[in-house]
Amino acid sequence: MSDTPLDLWKLNLDESIYVKLRGARSLVGTLQAFDSHCNMVLSDCVETIYSLNSEGMLQNEERKSEMLFVRGDSVTLITTPDEE
Amino acid sequence: MLFFSFFKTLVDQEVVVQLKNDIELKGTLQSVDQFLNLKLDNISCTDEEKYPHLVSVRNIFIRGSTVRYVYLNKNMVDTNLLQDATRREAMSERK
Repeated sequence: MSDTPLDLWKLNLDESIYVKLRGARSLVGTLQAFDSHCNMVLSDCVETIYSLNSEGMLQNEERKSEMLFVRGDSVTLITTPDEE
Repeated sequence: MLFFSFFKTLVDQEVVVQLKNDIELKGTLQSVDQFLNLKLDNISCTDEEKYPHLVSVRNIFIRGSTVRYVYLNKNMVDTNLLQDATRREAMSERK
């Protein structure tokens, strides 16, 4: 029984996951669906966009959405979120 | 195929699509294909000040590969059905 890397995420359906995306973005949300391209649907999702302000300080912008489809080609990594 | 079927259930609903160049378009989903290309009707740009060149566009074809996000409403989606479909798809791909 060889599990492929993606098989692991079956266990995380209906659980909170952390996704890093291209363009200094990350998402935390509840995984509702995914496929082999890493396309996914997250519910109760918080997107964080990291950027530098004019003084070169890191700032982040948050955006909430109740249901979000993410196209897999933007995804760079998937993990479980930090325990707060 | 999972997300193709998923988007087919969303036809005729209003969605917001964010492209990889940060343009955001709201519109009624008219059709979708296997590449997740989308056709939107009655579109409006959510940030018209930033992208004034899209104000007069009403009907648009979006190449699937340029999509970053599609924002949906909770009531459009049956999450139990979606999770089951994901499990089934994952099982069928192992073979």
